Amino acid sequence: MTTAIIDYGSGNLHSAQKAFEQAARTQGLSTQILVTSDPEAVRNADRIVLPGVGAFADCRRGLDAVPGMVEAMTETVFKKARPFLGICVGMQLLAERGLEYETSRGLGWIAGDTVRIEPRDPALKIPHMGWNNLSQKRAHPLLEGIPENLHAYFVHSYHLKPTNQSDIVATTDYGGELTAFVARDTIAGTQFHPEKSQKLGLALIANFLRWAP
Amino acid sequence: MLKKRVIPCLDVKDGRVVKGVQFVDLVDAGDPVQSALAYDAAGADELCFLDITASHEDRGILMDVVRRTAEACFMPLTVGGGVRSVDDIRNLLLAGADKVSIMTAAVNDRNFVKEAATKFGSQCIVVAIDAKRITAQGEAPRWEIFTHGGRRATGIDALNYAREVTALGAGELLLTSMDRDGTKIGYDIELTRAISDSVSVPVIASGGVGTLQHMVEGIRDGHASAVLAASIFHFGEFSIRETKEALAQAGLAVRMD
Repeated sequence: MTTAIIDYGSGNLHSAQKAFEQAARTQGLSTQILVTSDPEAVRNADRIVLPGVGAFADCRRGLDAVPGMVEAMTETVFKKARPFLGICVGMQLLAERGLEYETSRGLGWIAGDTVRIEPRDPALKIPHMGWNNLSQKRAHPLLEGIPENLHAYFVHSYHLKPTNQSDIVATTDYGGELTAFVARDTIAGTQFHPEKSQKLGLALIANFLRWAP
Repeated sequence: MLKKRVIPCLDVKDGRVVKGVQFVDLVDAGDPVQSALAYDAAGADELCFLDITASHEDRGILMDVVRRTAEACFMPLTVGGGVRSVDDIRNLLLAGADKVSIMTAAVNDRNFVKEAATKFGSQCIVVAIDAKRITAQGEAPRWEIFTHGGRRATGIDALNYAREVTALGAGELLLTSMDRDGTKIGYDIELTRAISDSVSVPVIASGGVGTLQHMVEGIRDGHASAVLAASIFHFGEFSIRETKEALAQAGLAVRMD
């Protein structure tokens, strides 16, 4: 089994790779964790991970700058129904549009926009940075067996606002509800960083590596 | 609810932790990776490495330390010390740092903050501010930015500077009181609150921690989002757990998992 972490010049690829390797090792799963910018490798992968840090528009440009990558991702996810996980901006890119700095086109896999966080209490700091709880809205295989009191690590100023409430798996509270986890079919995305979320994160990654939708 | 963060800081020189770290069962207390693992297990919310070698030849050693830490620790890691260029930042992030702290380079050229935030995102650009009280008698409190470990005055007002770097894209401020650093008499609460209340981004309080109560004050009275300390954790005076229990007792939200 091969899990491809997409390298498009954005993201903490080293941390992500190590966390996936660690999760696979502790679960006794034999999977190759491949960091790649080769669309062919993505086409042949059993699972795809799209990380991302930075601004939406920059990440979108970075993704477009890898020839054939968006096509390879789309084909693998929609034609082969391979599991996909977007992390942070990699999750925000699932939206139809991103409104950070400029309006840019997302992948459009989850209906909705990526918009700035506007907490009800203006004294709350932006970015939303640190450890917060998840409030689960519906069951999802990636959250299976994860105790509710565990924390996830967030660092972001924007979040994805899905049009369809059914796409929201979990939210987090920060002067109002923020989308923490979206999913549809074989597509999943977390606003928090599983690769930085210790127990919760490694458990979620292990679930992703086992996920057979 | 978002939790207040407790961040141990390790001074790293030539690839080794200086000042030492006291942990039971630690194979090598001077190895930053071993220390990082121990803090990870102890429930630290983030880790901070401060490279105090900062000579260019030794950067390779630091990169290796960061890389090995990221392989074993699945929590956020901030690295600072001698960060001068976009390439320095890129190399640290590629090695596995999540945030990079910049100080002197930001004082010398404010545009560097903007350039860095535009390239890598505000969320990973921490601006470290070393401030010293310069209030004359009868004046309202004022603080000035100092560099070179508090030896070099810059004439820059700390509050104005904090607002400026935040507007340029800093995602977090690491605020150290040069008056209090190493004194163990507590954070400069007035300074912490003045800065925290005048910027929209999280502020990490640093410099002067001697008791658990000091950390409570940093958050409750100084309005900091996180507290950073070095020696009290390293020498085993207080554990991360004790700190969090003290914060929780004061009604502050902390993460216990």
